Amino acid sequence: MKTLLIAATLSLASVTAQAAADSGKQLYSVYCTQCHGVAGDGKGINAAQMAVQPRDHTDTKEMSARTDEELFKVIEHGGKSINKSVLMPPWGDNLNDDEIHALVGHLRALCCQKN
Amino acid sequence: MMKGIPVKLRLTLGIAAALAASVHVAAHADTAADVKQQCGSCHALDRDYAKAAKHERAERKAPPLDFAGNKFRREWLYSWLQNPVRLRPAGVFPPAHAKPSADGDVVDTTTLAKHPALDAAQAGKVADYLMTLTPFDGLIAAETYQPGTIAQRMGQMNFGKFKGCDGCHQDAPDTGGVSGPELYTAWQRLQPAFISAYIAQPAAWDPHTMMPVGDANTAAVHKLANYLKLIGEKQP
Ligand code: HEC
Ligand code: HEC
Ligand code: HEC
Repeated sequence: MKTLLIAATLSLASVTAQAAADSGKQLYSVYCTQCHGVAGDGKGINAAQMAVQPRDHTDTKEMSARTDEELFKVIEHGGKSINKSVLMPPWGDNLNDDEIHALVGHLRALCCQKN
Repeated sequence: MMKGIPVKLRLTLGIAAALAASVHVAAHADTAADVKQQCGSCHALDRDYAKAAKHERAERKAPPLDFAGNKFRREWLYSWLQNPVRLRPAGVFPPAHAKPSADGDVVDTTTLAKHPALDAAQAGKVADYLMTLTPFDGLIAAETYQPGTIAQRMGQMNFGKFKGCDGCHQDAPDTGGVSGPELYTAWQRLQPAFISAYIAQPAAWDPHTMMPVGDANTAAVHKLANYLKLIGEKQP
C-alpha cells in the first residue's frame, strides 16, 4: 500500500514536470523565438535588424553563468533591469510567475541538456 | 405637421416611414451577418478568445476585430478593405512563418496569404458596421492623450535606442523588426487615443497579446504616440 502510494505520487510529480516542460517550450515559441530564434540560437526573424544581438540560449558556457533567479528577473523586468539592452523586453505584463518559471526551465533545457 | 393631409395618405406616409426605419436596421443586421459569414472564419468578432487558454494566441488566423470601432479610423478601413496591403511582415503569428536559414531565421513569405478585397460599396457597409463594435469606450474615454509634436531625431531615438520598439516594429519601410505590425502607417489607420491606450496597456485590449509593455509612463507613451504621428503623416 505504501509503495503504491509512493508510486502514485511519483508519477503525479512527473506528469506535472512534463506539463511544465511542455508549457515552457510552447511559451518560448510564442514570445521568444521571434528574437532568440526557432532553435534558440539568438537568430530570430527580428535579429538581422537589431543593434544588439539576442542572447544565444544554446550557449552552455554563457547561460550556465546565470542563476535561475537572474533568468527570472530578466524575463520579468527586461534587459534594462540588469543593465543590458532594452531590446530584451520586460514580460511581466504578459506572463505570470508560473509561466516565467516554466520558461526558466526551458532555458535550462536549451542550454544544458544536449542530446 | 400633417395637418391638411388626407387621413389615408397620412397612414401611408406613416407606414413608409416605419418601413424605411426597418430597412435601415435590416441593412445593418445583414452586414453583421455577412461579416460573420465572410470574415468570422478568420477574425474573432466577439470576446470568447479572451476567456480561452493562452495558447489560443498561437492558433489565431487573423487579428481580433471585436473592438474594431475603438481601434480603427473609418476612412482607413474603407480604403484598406478595397486594397488590403500587408501590415504584419511576418503574419499574424510570426513563429508559424519563420524558417531557419544559413543567415538565421527568415520569414517564409510563400506561407503568407493575400487578404480578400471588397468593392467600394461593400467596403463602405463593412467599415460602417465595424465602427459600431465599441466594447472599450471606457478605455478610450479614460485616455488623456492630446496629439503633439516631436523632433524626428528625438522621436526615432526614443522609439529605438531608449524603448526598443524597433526590435519588433518597422518605423519606415524595411527598417526595424518584423514580428509586430508595421507602425509607419499606424497614425493613418488607428485612432490616436487607441495608440496611446494600447502602448500603455496592451493586455487590457487583448489578454493574450504578444506586445510587451515597454514603458507605461504617461508622458513617455505620449511621446511615442507623437512619433507615430510624425512618421505616419509623412506617408502617402
Ligand atoms: C525583441 C526581441 C527579444 C524578445 C522578443 C526576447 N528577447 Fe531575450 N534578449 C534580447 C536581446 C537583444 C538580448 C541581449 C541583451 C544584451 O545582451 O544586452 C536578450 C537577452 C536575453 C537573456 C540573457 C540575459 C543575460 O543575462 O544576458 C535571456 C535569459 C532572455 N533574453 C530570455 C528571453 C525570453 C525567455 C524571452 C521570451 C519570453 C525573450 N528573451 C524574448 C531580445 C529579445
Ligand atoms: C482567410 C482569413 C481571413 C478572412 C476570411 C478575412 N481576413 Fe481580415 N485579416 C486576415 C489576416 C491574416 C490579417 C492580417 C493582415 C496583415 O497584417 O497584413 C487580416 C487583417 C484584417 C484587418 C486589419 C486588422 C488589424 O488589426 O490590423 C481588417 C480590418 C480585416 N482584416 C477585415 C476583414 C474583413 C472585414 C473581412 C471579411 C470581409 C476579413 N477581414 C476576412 C485574415 C482574414
Ligand atoms: C516583442 C515585440 C514587440 C515590442 C518590443 C513592441 N511591440 Fe508593439 N506590438 C507587437 C505585436 C506582436 C503587436 C500586435 C498585437 C499582437 O499580435 O498580439 C503590437 C502592436 C502594437 C500597436 C498596435 C498596432 C496595430 O496595428 O494593432 C502599437 C501602436 C504598438 N505595438 C506600439 C509599440 C511601441 C510604441 C513599442 C515600444 C514601446 C512596441 N510596440 C514594442 C510586438 C511588439
